[in-house]
Amino acid sequence: MDFLSIILDILLSAAFWTAVLRIATPYVLGTLGELVCERAGVLNLGIEGIMTLGAMAGWMAVYQGADLWTGVLVAAACGALLGLLHAALTVPLGLSQHVTGIGVTLLGTSLSYFVYRLVLPQASTPPTIVPFQPLDLPGAFAQTPLTYLALALVGVVAYALYRTPVGLAVRMVGEHPAAAEAQGLNVTAIRIGAVMAGSALMGLAGAFLTLSAFNAFFFNMVNGRGWICIALVVFASWRPGKALLGALLFALFDALQLRLQQASGGVLPYQLFLMMPYLLSILALVLVARRASYPRALMIPYRKGER
Amino acid sequence: MSSPTTGGPEVVLRLAGISKRFGPLLANDAISLTLRAGEVLALLGENGAGKTTLMNILFGHYVADEGTIEAFGRPLPPGSPRAALAAGIGMVHQHFTLADNLSVLDNIAVGTESLWRLRSDRGGARRRLLDLSQRFGLAVRPDALVGDLSVGERQRVEILKALYRDARILILDEPTAVLTPQESAGLFDTLRRLTADGLAVVFISHKMNEVFAASDTVAVLRAGRLVATHPTASTDRAKLAELMVGRSVKPPAPAPLSPGEPVLELAGVTVASGHARPLLDAVDLTVRRHQVIGVAGVSGNGQSALAELVSGLIRPDAGQVSLKGSVVHHADPADMVRRGVARIPEDRHSAGLVGAMAVWENLIAERYRDPAFSRFGVLRRDAARAHARRVIEEFDVRCPGPDARTQLLSGGNMQKLILGRTLAYGPDLILASQPTRGLDIGAVSYVHSRLLDARAAGAGVLLISEDLDEILALADCVTVAYHGRLTPLLPHDRVSVSQLGLLMAGHWDILRDILPETPRENGNAA
Ligand SMILES: Nc1ncnc2c1ncn2[C@@H]1O[C@H](COP(=O)(O)OP(=O)(O)OP(=O)(O)O)[C@@H](O)[C@H]1O
Ligand SMILES: [Mg+2]
Repeated sequence: MDFLSIILDILLSAAFWTAVLRIATPYVLGTLGELVCERAGVLNLGIEGIMTLGAMAGWMAVYQGADLWTGVLVAAACGALLGLLHAALTVPLGLSQHVTGIGVTLLGTSLSYFVYRLVLPQASTPPTIVPFQPLDLPGAFAQTPLTYLALALVGVVAYALYRTPVGLAVRMVGEHPAAAEAQGLNVTAIRIGAVMAGSALMGLAGAFLTLSAFNAFFFNMVNGRGWICIALVVFASWRPGKALLGALLFALFDALQLRLQQASGGVLPYQLFLMMPYLLSILALVLVARRASYPRALMIPYRKGER
Repeated sequence: MSSPTTGGPEVVLRLAGISKRFGPLLANDAISLTLRAGEVLALLGENGAGKTTLMNILFGHYVADEGTIEAFGRPLPPGSPRAALAAGIGMVHQHFTLADNLSVLDNIAVGTESLWRLRSDRGGARRRLLDLSQRFGLAVRPDALVGDLSVGERQRVEILKALYRDARILILDEPTAVLTPQESAGLFDTLRRLTADGLAVVFISHKMNEVFAASDTVAVLRAGRLVATHPTASTDRAKLAELMVGRSVKPPAPAPLSPGEPVLELAGVTVASGHARPLLDAVDLTVRRHQVIGVAGVSGNGQSALAELVSGLIRPDAGQVSLKGSVVHHADPADMVRRGVARIPEDRHSAGLVGAMAVWENLIAERYRDPAFSRFGVLRRDAARAHARRVIEEFDVRCPGPDARTQLLSGGNMQKLILGRTLAYGPDLILASQPTRGLDIGAVSYVHSRLLDARAAGAGVLLISEDLDEILALADCVTVAYHGRLTPLLPHDRVSVSQLGLLMAGHWDILRDILPETPRENGNAA
């Protein structure tokens, strides 16, 4: 079979598109979360750790007997808490957002493993829960509720950013905090709030992994998805609609490489396929994001009354 | 209008004993002021006298160390712009506080609604904005991005921001520093309408003619102290100048000198670079030694392109540039500096100085490769610091020392620093763009006299300015920029301010009256 007809076969199968949407979901949620933080002017490199904590905490809650939706809430709340830590250090104290973010990632990741081991000291095979089941819909629509929640949140975040007073305030503090203050806004409070909200979304992204995509928590589960979200935000030029597009595109490449790996039957080294989504993302970034206009005050701490 | 207790219009604002320190510096020293409804108070003072600091305290950006503020009879909580806005105080900052990436409407409406409304009332906001804009003659486009607006339009947006919130006290911090004369006239028209409405205005300015045209009362700050408050009508220019500076200020007069050989020659220079209309269109210009050539014109008529061309930032698409008789090919800024061009850039914050770097670093920024300042790729810091101390001393730059970060300097002192960097090496050509924008009268006359000293020492000066008084006071010959073209050189004693105004508006037919011998084909603007 020649290459083109293999690709065509893959693209025409419903199972492929089911996979694309499923793979895209954590990217959609994570990218939205990062986007909300950055729109307020705060880079959140804690995303990887926040997703890990969300994955662990959501799963742990369900494992301890809570229902699935409670698990989702627990994950969001834990995300928001780590977000609060990041915000507390970077907004009122004005510490380096890069360094703090990496610290939050290290903390979130190791805290998750620590708590997991504390509760389950001798589990050798990861214990499982009963995760969200796909809805009974035809073809690619057979997704779990969390995927639909993610898609709905794209609309909610877009609406909030562009149509509500609080969204305008968030964009203003990310563009020109001094101007926001001169309009009577509390820059510190708005930035902290935005970082917490964004981090809650990252927590959800993590929860999707353990409560929907899989049924267990294991080490290195997030596996760099957070870092991809950071790039997707740039790709999306800080717009929710484009963030969805970017997440879908990345998921498409990822699903495609999985299938091509199988179809190639080991002729080519599989690492080559693993590279594909990343290479294509870099290419897409180069093409799309060159002219991206980022929030002007991104990564610049604001201190009242300073020249 | 008049209240029974005071006899005059109601007192709307009362500052009592305001003091503010920045480290060892006493920026405001027990200042007390009152403002009445409908009154326009002009706040004067040298650069660094503490005017902006006082207004920032009033608006809640800074918290005073001592003193109280009362607006409309009620004490104003310190340190809260929100409270100031609620009390009816609006402020137009010295440097615009607008987000470039947001629309005019967004910039104005942000923070005016309760944050937790589920939907912004954009329709209502737009109607209110358009209504205000009509009522006060402040034309704006609600959906334009602020980044795309001219300075004049941004200024209008800033004022509308305050009016949108029903400001009853309006603070304007150097509102005209970056406006063209026409735009300033428009602003003062607006102010008259506002005060007729009972609004009280505090405005800060270094321009005496504005103070006398627009204010009822003047207050003068010197080194953080309020040294005088007078009704404007009972004082005069010289008296105010003396109060501000502490000595009398005499504008320097250029000594007659005969021009020497050419230092800068532009022949048929065109700069198009992809624009629909060329930025410079077949421009001829000669600047000679011992000569100041003034370029007048409304900004945006090719002045920035001219300045960038002479500083080597852009290259001509046609025609040639010569310096001291030799043609310049493939110019770049470093090359131009080596050839003896010194520049005073238009915007000292973005193109003149690096705010986060020290005074000494900024002073050698154009010459750090000079063997005097570096050897084998290593900076000679002691030599550079010693040089900085000499410049600070000679140009009277008030700053803590060579190691101070430049962003802590006041505007006037930043300009003196640039002047020191520019003049320290005896340049052949000085490119001065708006060299006195935002400076106090003492600093203005200082800058002028240094430029004239350089002229006497043999430099040619290309002075680009929107201030016609400045041009007529300094220039030997004037040219007017309009749509990328320059008029022939006009001797300064043959043109009047009103003729320059007409030329700036494109009525080049009057050139025939000024220069009867001008050939017909040069006499019309494109
Ligand atoms: N946030 C700050 N930190 C340290 N020093 C400051 C700060 N703000 C102002 N200053 C200093 O206080 C003094 C007064 O500054 P201010 O800006 O009020 O002057 P100004 O009268 O507005 O001058 P200009 O005419 O140049 O605008 C200056 O010496 C300035 O360097
Ligand atoms: Mg000031």
